Amino acid sequence: MLYREAGDFKTSYRDDGQTFPIRLDRWGYYAILAVAFLVVPLVIDSYWANAVLVPFLIYAIAAIGLNILTGYAGQVSLGTGGFMAVGAYAVYKLMIALPAVPIIIHILLAGAITAVVGVLFGLPSLRIKGFYLAVATLAAQFFLVWLFNKVPWFYNYSASGQINAPERTILGWAVTGPATTASAKYLICLVFAVVLAWVARNLTRGSVGRKWMAIRDMDIAAEIIGVNPLTAKLSAFAVSSFFVGIAGALLFAVYLGAAEATEAFGINKSFLVLFMIIIGGLGSIFGSFAGAAFLVLLPVFLKNLLVVQLGWPTDLAAHLELMIVGALIVFFLIVEPHGLARLWQLAKEKLRLWPFPH
Amino acid sequence: MEFLYASEILLNGLMAGVMYSLVALGFVLIYKASGVFNYAQGVLALFAAMTLVGIMEGRVPFAHLLGAVFGIHVSSFGWTVPGAVAILLTALVMVGVAIAIEKLVLKHLVGQEPIILFMATIGLAWFLEGLGDVMWGADVKVLDVGLPQGISETVETLTNDWLGYGFFIDRLDIWAAMIAAVLVAALVGFSQYTKQGRAMRAVADDHQAALSVGISLQFIWIMVWSIAGFVALVAGIMWGTKSGVQFSLSLIALKALPVLMLGGFTSIPGAIVGGLIIGMGEKLFEYFIGPMVGGATENWFAYVLALIFLVFRPQGLFGERIIERV
Repeated sequence: MLYREAGDFKTSYRDDGQTFPIRLDRWGYYAILAVAFLVVPLVIDSYWANAVLVPFLIYAIAAIGLNILTGYAGQVSLGTGGFMAVGAYAVYKLMIALPAVPIIIHILLAGAITAVVGVLFGLPSLRIKGFYLAVATLAAQFFLVWLFNKVPWFYNYSASGQINAPERTILGWAVTGPATTASAKYLICLVFAVVLAWVARNLTRGSVGRKWMAIRDMDIAAEIIGVNPLTAKLSAFAVSSFFVGIAGALLFAVYLGAAEATEAFGINKSFLVLFMIIIGGLGSIFGSFAGAAFLVLLPVFLKNLLVVQLGWPTDLAAHLELMIVGALIVFFLIVEPHGLARLWQLAKEKLRLWPFPH
Repeated sequence: MEFLYASEILLNGLMAGVMYSLVALGFVLIYKASGVFNYAQGVLALFAAMTLVGIMEGRVPFAHLLGAVFGIHVSSFGWTVPGAVAILLTALVMVGVAIAIEKLVLKHLVGQEPIILFMATIGLAWFLEGLGDVMWGADVKVLDVGLPQGISETVETLTNDWLGYGFFIDRLDIWAAMIAAVLVAALVGFSQYTKQGRAMRAVADDHQAALSVGISLQFIWIMVWSIAGFVALVAGIMWGTKSGVQFSLSLIALKALPVLMLGGFTSIPGAIVGGLIIGMGEKLFEYFIGPMVGGATENWFAYVLALIFLVFRPQGLFGERIIERV
């Protein structure tokens, strides 16, 4: 009764083409944004920021990036961890080399550098596809992580091989380094997540996004109707890597503060982000957020349940967590291959008709 | 001398390649028969090796969990099982795993896109990894089923007599190569000369046509996964004996992937040849180029090699030609 499109008349193309055509959706979206920007920063503490919200936002950005490549353009990538590492090391080198430039510019530049690297590793996608491509992107994963471990220039010849984020400020507030407050960490990630999600949403429903989807659905047919596979595939790799690079930069500079390539950006990161988009929903921006939230919250929840409540040993809980995540992935693929986003959509369909059955 | 040293490395690379081939073989079998790209193959090897050690040492499965939930602290039955019996029991467990996978996962995913199936096997890999740890504990286990290890003196003395330089070759590697050869011969024999083998090839060729002549897909899939489980067991024994049964064992799957790309996903000879090329290539590359770029190139060399190769031949060395129609 409440949630419906009836009576919501569109009198211009502008109205018709807006991001959220249904009024209640729009209000809900504004309400969430208002709470996220105005309320949460005031009440957030460091546990919530570090355990839940900051990783959620960062992984959501990475998931959107991978979703653009895998969900929209249909190119499966297992190199997300490697590309995140590129973003992290790029932002680190920029922060050290150009301390006067604002950190926001650094993060954006890190994204751009990752985009270039992404295009480079995306080149084989013009020749190979499917599983062969998925495995080929693993080359990016292993090569990049190896590179950042073995070439001392990348970690500025530090003895430990780690990179540490120096302190940088925005308008006098520290956003990187040990002095950062929980709300500052949260806010910078939130700004990036919101802006990037908005960009992604509009890219994917515009002509670029349609080309990606045409390539995903059948690349040869798309080529015949005039979609250039070269530009479509490479632009998907570029945009996706841009997002993933920014996620990597934020993960290192804002969230972790110190990182080591193998540890922070290993193959498991790639799989984690892939799982997020599977569980969340391939080809959905909302799904990227939902999947990220699910896989960030699940370990926190399980740890609280098993270790804190039941008092089981930590290692046992970690192993059970592996089992549960694995089983959930299989479960989701069997029950709903389109993920949480699809469930959300079904719920909305039901809400629209409620209380009538048809 | 330089040449001899390089050829020693080459030989060792070939031996390592055999080990990669063993894992790649499991992938090819499943891919051919069910079109599933089974990422969990490496974890299957880990799981098999863990189960084998667990049975041999008479460990109580889920001991850790039992301790945490019911407060029962038992870790061992107090007996040890001889290697051969344990291998047999583990093979049975792997058949059980195959049946469970077919009933619980594959059956429900028939007709889904290949990429969905692939992702399901990644989920499966995580599950099995967790299950192995919960069942048998996550400690590094020593696996010894009585395979010979250490330098082969025969080879060393022989080469020393002939060439004036004793080659260092691990006896385990020689054994692995022989076992792999026997295994491949057995697999080829099975698929060529038995009724089930012929049915398996029919399924690989065309699911629907196979169904229409009365071949049970379900049975074939269980059989193929069991065989893959058995191959994983062999690989697990080899790798486990070599470097201990631990988490890193599952990463050999990642080593086998470039082998597959190189050899083609659908070809058993491809898996062997690809494995040998990669094993050789990465050892030689590490020896000649590795010192110049800081070493540890083995992590990525195989992938980059396969990647470059694929750009020129997208279906791999022996893969079936990819034909696409709109």
